[in-house]
Amino acid sequence: MALLELDGIAKHFGAIEALKGVDMRLEGGEVVGLMGDNGAGKSTLVKIIAGNFPPSEGEIRMGGAVKNFHKPVDARAEGIEVVYQDLALCNNLTAAANVFLGRELKRRLGPFRILDYPAMYARAAELFKELKSETRPRDLVKQMSGGQRQAVAIARTRLTDARIVLMDEPTAAISVRQVAEVLDLIRRLKDQGIAVVLISHRMPDVFAVSDRVVVMRRGAKVADKPIARTSPEEVTGLITGAIRTA
Amino acid sequence: MLTQSTATPTVASHAAVEEVTHLRERSLRQKMLTSQSFWVTVAVLAIIIVMTLYQPAAFASADNFFNITRNFAFIGIMALGMTAVILTGGIDLSVGSIMGLVGVVCGLLLQAGHHWALAIGAALLAGAAAGAANGVLIAYVGLPSFVVTLGMLSIARSLAIVLSQNKIIYQLGPYGDAFDAIGGGDMLGVANPVWLLVVMALVFGYVFNFTAWGRYLFAIGGNENASRLTGVPVKRIKLEAYVVSGVTAAIASVMIVGWQGSAINALGTGYELRVIASTVIGGASLIGGEGGAFGAVMGAALIEVIRNSLLMAGVDSNWQGTFVGLFIVLAVLLQRIRQRPAE
Repeated sequence: MALLELDGIAKHFGAIEALKGVDMRLEGGEVVGLMGDNGAGKSTLVKIIAGNFPPSEGEIRMGGAVKNFHKPVDARAEGIEVVYQDLALCNNLTAAANVFLGRELKRRLGPFRILDYPAMYARAAELFKELKSETRPRDLVKQMSGGQRQAVAIARTRLTDARIVLMDEPTAAISVRQVAEVLDLIRRLKDQGIAVVLISHRMPDVFAVSDRVVVMRRGAKVADKPIARTSPEEVTGLITGAIRTA
Repeated sequence: MLTQSTATPTVASHAAVEEVTHLRERSLRQKMLTSQSFWVTVAVLAIIIVMTLYQPAAFASADNFFNITRNFAFIGIMALGMTAVILTGGIDLSVGSIMGLVGVVCGLLLQAGHHWALAIGAALLAGAAAGAANGVLIAYVGLPSFVVTLGMLSIARSLAIVLSQNKIIYQLGPYGDAFDAIGGGDMLGVANPVWLLVVMALVFGYVFNFTAWGRYLFAIGGNENASRLTGVPVKRIKLEAYVVSGVTAAIASVMIVGWQGSAINALGTGYELRVIASTVIGGASLIGGEGGAFGAVMGAALIEVIRNSLLMAGVDSNWQGTFVGLFIVLAVLLQRIRQRPAE
């Protein structure tokens, strides 16, 4: 039974058909590159899996059981974590505050439950160390470099035992050295049996880490094949429509 | 300051990276020197010292201290609630009118012979209801806070006039004396509203810094969409911020009606601007995500100390507005200067 199964997922925004009946399967420890031109429906698909909005048609199943996500928190409760394209960080808060946003650690103080700063700083420092990032838990996000901000967004997905990590263009805005680090991290997630969906425009990144590539075009899936049986040329053809299906 | 602009770790060796990042972690002293509330406190102390030297008899007297602190206590209490709203990136223009409406509600209940506890309960309820009306329209319907609270400014004032039949309420009934003692009394030489301000400032400071609720106010003001995506109950928190603001306006109203011993429907006219000015002078950013309880109180204190000093110095009282206005602009300028190195 697949970790995640999408069955005939469609999404309409008024008259616009963003997704037309997409099927997809995802197994634990699998890295899937999701590719397509702007407006092909990649982000819409990821947002549906992440619970940002429900599909107009179709079914999401995890381990065979049908799931209906109404809010991002619902998907997170099932072990689905997302690194958003804009990273979804609050610039005015510290790195640790961003990592724990929405699920702060608390401790009892008499009848009150107060924020457990020492525990959050310690855990955030551990996570940054695991990610080999020089980010410090007490630094404000607005003072950070692109790579450090990326590390904060990724550290957030490591807070609980995630089963699926969705990454929307994680390598778009960072330096070459940092790209290598993010790709390394994806490999480490895979080793731990976590499934990763990597949305990217950068062909070399996708081919470097993915087991399988899924290509979307105009809201439909036009290809879904192991990376070993395709090539950057074929994927480019599929993205632009020069090749119909594969 | 300069260390922050050299922050990008492009250097080759790991030790160098550590060195650079080490500088970026802010020490307590740096934090203090870059915080606006610290400089506002310095300004207040400086004015107090100058005025004490200049007019030791009139300014530095116990009576004047009593007056100054009581005068800014009402504004300070409201500024605490306003800070919750401004942290989320909103604004509440209706606090002055809510004060007027609540004052009339209190006055009418006391006049009808009801117990003072009932009057206070009804006052808090009225303030919470007005705040909730604001909050529902802003958080759940999605209307801009400026427009919604501008509407409430008009509605609450009009309701106050209608309910009071445009009369001043002098007769506060059998429980009037007890009610007056709450807002008008004093303990250990300090007026009751000031004690209340101190307690409330401690409570708000604690809530802003040590609870998830307070953390969420900052998060919503910093990036509302990110807060929603990470599971912060954005709508509920925003609604609650406006309820808190309405309740602090009601508390200030109860205290001020007790102190004055009568309720007029014009109570609190124009106070919204003084309250907003206090929070901004104290370091709150109108874009949201920045501010604090201590700053709000010190902002209110600064305005009152300036006002009082001008009076004592024999400056025509009509100049007060000019000075307060200058300080508001100065506060925003100072904020801009402080933030420049970070961007």
